[in-house]
Amino acid sequence: MTSRPGVLSRLDSPRVLGYLLIAPAAVLLLGLLAYPLFLGVWLSLTSATLGNTGEFVGLRNYATILADPTFRGAVFYSLFYTVFAECGKLVLGLALALILNQRFRGYRAARSLMLLPWVAPTVLSALAWLWLLDPQFSALSWLLTRMHLIDQNIDFLGHPWNARITLIVVNIWRGLPYFAIGYLAGLQGISKDLYEAAAIDGASGWQQFRRITWPLLLPITTILLAFSSIFTLTDFQLIWTITRGGPTDATQVFTTLAYQRAITGGQLGEGAAIAVSPIVFMAVLAFFVVRSVRDR
Amino acid sequence: MRRALRIYVPLALYGIFLMLPFFWMILTTFKPNQELLNTPNPFWVFRPTFAHVTDLLTQTAYGRWFANTLFVSTASTVVSVFISYITAYAIIRLRFPGWQAVSTAIFLAYIVPPAILFIPLATVIIKLHWFDQLWALIPIYCTFLVPFCTWLLIGFLKNIPRELEEAARVDGASNVAILWRIIFPIAVPGLISAAIFSFTLSWNEYLYALVYMSSSGNKTVSVGMTTELIRGDVFQWGQLMTGALIGVLPAIVVYFIFVEYYVAGMAGSVKE
Repeated sequence: MTSRPGVLSRLDSPRVLGYLLIAPAAVLLLGLLAYPLFLGVWLSLTSATLGNTGEFVGLRNYATILADPTFRGAVFYSLFYTVFAECGKLVLGLALALILNQRFRGYRAARSLMLLPWVAPTVLSALAWLWLLDPQFSALSWLLTRMHLIDQNIDFLGHPWNARITLIVVNIWRGLPYFAIGYLAGLQGISKDLYEAAAIDGASGWQQFRRITWPLLLPITTILLAFSSIFTLTDFQLIWTITRGGPTDATQVFTTLAYQRAITGGQLGEGAAIAVSPIVFMAVLAFFVVRSVRDR
Repeated sequence: MRRALRIYVPLALYGIFLMLPFFWMILTTFKPNQELLNTPNPFWVFRPTFAHVTDLLTQTAYGRWFANTLFVSTASTVVSVFISYITAYAIIRLRFPGWQAVSTAIFLAYIVPPAILFIPLATVIIKLHWFDQLWALIPIYCTFLVPFCTWLLIGFLKNIPRELEEAARVDGASNVAILWRIIFPIAVPGLISAAIFSFTLSWNEYLYALVYMSSSGNKTVSVGMTTELIRGDVFQWGQLMTGALIGVLPAIVVYFIFVEYYVAGMAGSVKE
């Protein structure tokens, strides 16, 4: 009986209890996240296929994919897609936040509804877009024809550049609410006194935005952009649902190509090399995230 | 007038753009097949029908996929919120040796996207004999939910004043008692935020379920619809949009019930 309080109080010490409490998360993340991450790098250095562990081949997979025009196309479109989608989300998200930041009737309802694209499962809303953009029965083409803006249906997904741009628009559609809510939180943290003082000094609306709002939103911009870029660069659902990387590989990105090579084609080593390659770009983004999170 | 131009007109334009796909799902769900292909006005339903709803629920495995998604999302939410709470508590309150390293590791884990893990994780899943086992999606989903929720809860727990637990400690309460009886009730709003995010993120997940589930009975809504309702070039748009509409509802309902927690959590995640 005398030893029980001793054991209990030792269990309750910050050191022992601390390790006990983080144990489940540690086991989970070491086993199913850290280990696969290193295994992925290892696989990319082997000739593994589905059902065969293969052997170490050094950098051969990387040499193969670098010489492969499809992979180079995927690198190009991954970056193109990310850069333009991020610009669009930033501008449209900030504009929406500025509108929502002026208190008005129906503010709450508007704010809640605007977030729906972000909340709804991507694959399901992407299917609705796919149907809206149908080459023959597109309701958007119908509308534009009616408005006499076009005289024949637009093949939104059938031509390489149409498909590339369409996917960026759909990505902006899904991601701009995230920027809007982030920026709205940022705007609500800016003191009204600053604007009043600026107004007294005769600053115009644009000057106020340029000199007060934008500089104060810069830290939040870094965080929003970095997080959003990481997930846009490795987007799979939207592109896979709408174009599957087509037409003729025009909208292939890292993840869709990795999926096709590794899962459909069974070339695990080559697929792993493709899946691992965005880490180069992500490391740069992660650096900015970690730095700006630490600055706070 | 100026106010209308400055607020309501741009807001309406955003509204049309952002709501369009949802409007389109609802419209198509109730359209008879001939109106899908030939109609004087695609933005209207002339003879509404429930045929797509009944077809989807009786002639496909949709009900099963829906139940699967509900099960996996609920279970992974409960498990990950629990694990994340005790992890965040340990990091913020116990300050055991190495807590800073653990905190950084959790943060880095959050920014590792599934897209770079799914291939090596597939080989792990096969070795563990978890392939095509529905429940296996629960620990798999926890790999992205736990880092996210822990990070969210760290920000939340940081702001709970220490005085409360110090008073309890003077009264002889143990750390475990403080964890459950003092901090837990105060942390409920943060836990709700974490739970809603977990639920919507799990409901949205696609890549892991697509790669690791193969038999129809183990598929989730998104996977079942894209692999079994689309056959080659044949798109049953009526059924597909009905399935999309029903599949979007749980995420949206949960979101609308807890919208303030959701927005607060999103705002907090960029501020903390």
